[in-house]
Amino acid sequence: MSDTRNLFNKVWDLHSVRTLPDGQTQLFIGLHLIHEVTSPQAFEILRERGLQVAFPQRTFATVDHVIPTADQSRPFQDELAEQMMSAIERNCREFGITLLNLDDRRQGIVHVVGPEQGLTQPGMTIVCGDSHTSTHGAFGSIAIGIGTSNVAQVLATQTMFLNRPAVRRVVVNGQLSPGVFAKDVILHIIRKLGVQGGVGYAYEYAGTTFDAMSMEERMTVCNMSIEGGARCGYINPDETTVDYLRGRPFAPQGDSFDRAAAWWLSLASSDDAEFDDEVEFDAADIEPTVTWGITPAQSVGISEKLPHVSDFPSEEQTLVREALEFMGLQEGAPIAGTKIDVAFIGSCTNSRISDLRQAADVVRGHRVADGVRAIVVPGSQQVREQAMNEGLHEVFEAAGFEWRGAGCSMCLAMNPDRLQGREVCASSSNRNFKGRQGSPVGRTLLMSPAMVAAAAVQGHVTDIREFALAPV
Amino acid sequence: MSSNEIKTVEGTGIPLVLDDIDTDRIIPARFLRCVTFEGLGDHLFEDDRAQDADHPFNQPQYRNASILITGRNFGCGSSREHAPQSLMRWGIRAIVAESHAEIFFGNCASLGIVAATADRNDLETLAALVTQNPDCRLTVDLESLCVTAGGQSVPVRIPDSARTALITGQWDYLSRLLSAQGAVTAHAATIPYLNDFPD
Ligand code: SF4
Repeated sequence: MSDTRNLFNKVWDLHSVRTLPDGQTQLFIGLHLIHEVTSPQAFEILRERGLQVAFPQRTFATVDHVIPTADQSRPFQDELAEQMMSAIERNCREFGITLLNLDDRRQGIVHVVGPEQGLTQPGMTIVCGDSHTSTHGAFGSIAIGIGTSNVAQVLATQTMFLNRPAVRRVVVNGQLSPGVFAKDVILHIIRKLGVQGGVGYAYEYAGTTFDAMSMEERMTVCNMSIEGGARCGYINPDETTVDYLRGRPFAPQGDSFDRAAAWWLSLASSDDAEFDDEVEFDAADIEPTVTWGITPAQSVGISEKLPHVSDFPSEEQTLVREALEFMGLQEGAPIAGTKIDVAFIGSCTNSRISDLRQAADVVRGHRVADGVRAIVVPGSQQVREQAMNEGLHEVFEAAGFEWRGAGCSMCLAMNPDRLQGREVCASSSNRNFKGRQGSPVGRTLLMSPAMVAAAAVQGHVTDIREFALAPV
Repeated sequence: MSSNEIKTVEGTGIPLVLDDIDTDRIIPARFLRCVTFEGLGDHLFEDDRAQDADHPFNQPQYRNASILITGRNFGCGSSREHAPQSLMRWGIRAIVAESHAEIFFGNCASLGIVAATADRNDLETLAALVTQNPDCRLTVDLESLCVTAGGQSVPVRIPDSARTALITGQWDYLSRLLSAQGAVTAHAATIPYLNDFPD
């Protein structure tokens, strides 16, 4: 008889050390990624209790959130950031953990470097003190974001307690139209299911649309699972997954790789796998999508107009009104044409080489509009190097973009890259929360990297499909 | 450890019945530049408070509150434990919401903060009560699963695992996890990718 468990449940069962009477599972964690922001207090807990890291060889650290992307010389000008850097350096040294530091060519945003180095593999349980850990689900792993107390627990025991979520299959079938990217697919899903639609669920993304995606596109989708409220999201491993991992530094090598690949593929949910819920979308319904509000679900297709407050159920109207007021946008107005001040291409959602290529294709031969500040921040040093080998930095710089070092940058503005005052930013990142990009009253419009590039050139939100067709 | 047992939380309340309050609003990212959680309570809702003089967390009558009454999807967004830490360090011991975001909920559980849910109209009732009479004493009772205040009582819910852990004082999850370390090591030997993918 075939195994009707979906991938999530297979992987969960494999890692279950024990189940408590109250239903919680003590889950073994196969890969623990840490960074400088959510780990210092966890190491303090270990010190206070006289504990060691249980599996230091399953723990990897990088630095990404606070590091400057322009002047990276040490000590950093920001004393607090420097303190955090020293803390992670000391902690990794004392507890025997590999740190991909600034002077290491493998450094970058934690969710970019994990896959890039081949650390992220199918069938693993992966945690990190960061909500966008869901990114790693693109490989068919259970990848969840955790808090600092959990980080301490995983450091000390390589396990944590979790309640098994239900699994919803989110099916998208069909071919995406030109100008529509993975980012639009996930923004569309979140728009339709709501920011808390996924609470209590893990999402399995399935269907021909995801089958056709590259690993980088799949990462973009899984990355934003958390914005839809889901604890994690994943895509079944297939030949695309196997091909991506072959030859990566931390992937198995030689015969081991072949055995690994066979095991990875065996984990995929079979056709008769069971799910707790299922929803379906049609790729043909998805257009380039842009957020207009202060939650990632508040978005519209580029050819649509902003909704009216009265379109929403009464209990949601307060939030919608608050969002429009904060954004300074009018109900019923078109989103295309909204003026921008800043363009940001980066973040763990969209800072990989394919994202940069797409953006460069758009800006090639154009200039950033007057008055627009535009920056490109590669997700890792390797992405940066690759882009430079391809001459993409020259394309961006010629157009008037700043070309930066790898890091989180203006995604959450814990470093010097931030919005000023009421600036409006076209951003390829994942969160448009109030104040997210560093100015308490700064405003964020989320969209695909290609759409950010087009907005940078035009100075306002632009339909990439029209822009790309226009003569240079 | 009996001293860890949390069966009830008593105190005054603070109303903030809005939806989708994310962790960036609870504690803006610039305050995450720290290596301890100390002092975070001072920056709770800092940007929201600066933009709204009437924000409940600006109002002196709520300064001693320990029970937060809030809306749907509270604590969504980032995994930063700095969010519940800042609430706790400000003085909040219980958060009664229509729903909590999951990572946020897990963080509360690890800190012994009671994160319970209630129906929207009951939350509105509690918020109205607290607004009219900020000195009104509330009791969140985990055994009878209700909040009582001013002679009224509304039902609350909390997942069994969190409830049991709080009531029995076993929310120190680290100690409980450590107690099974032998089983963990044994379990690691059964995981294919830790053992060179046996056939
Ligand atoms: S890029 Fe943004 S979302 Fe991603 S890890 Fe960094 S701060 Fe978090």
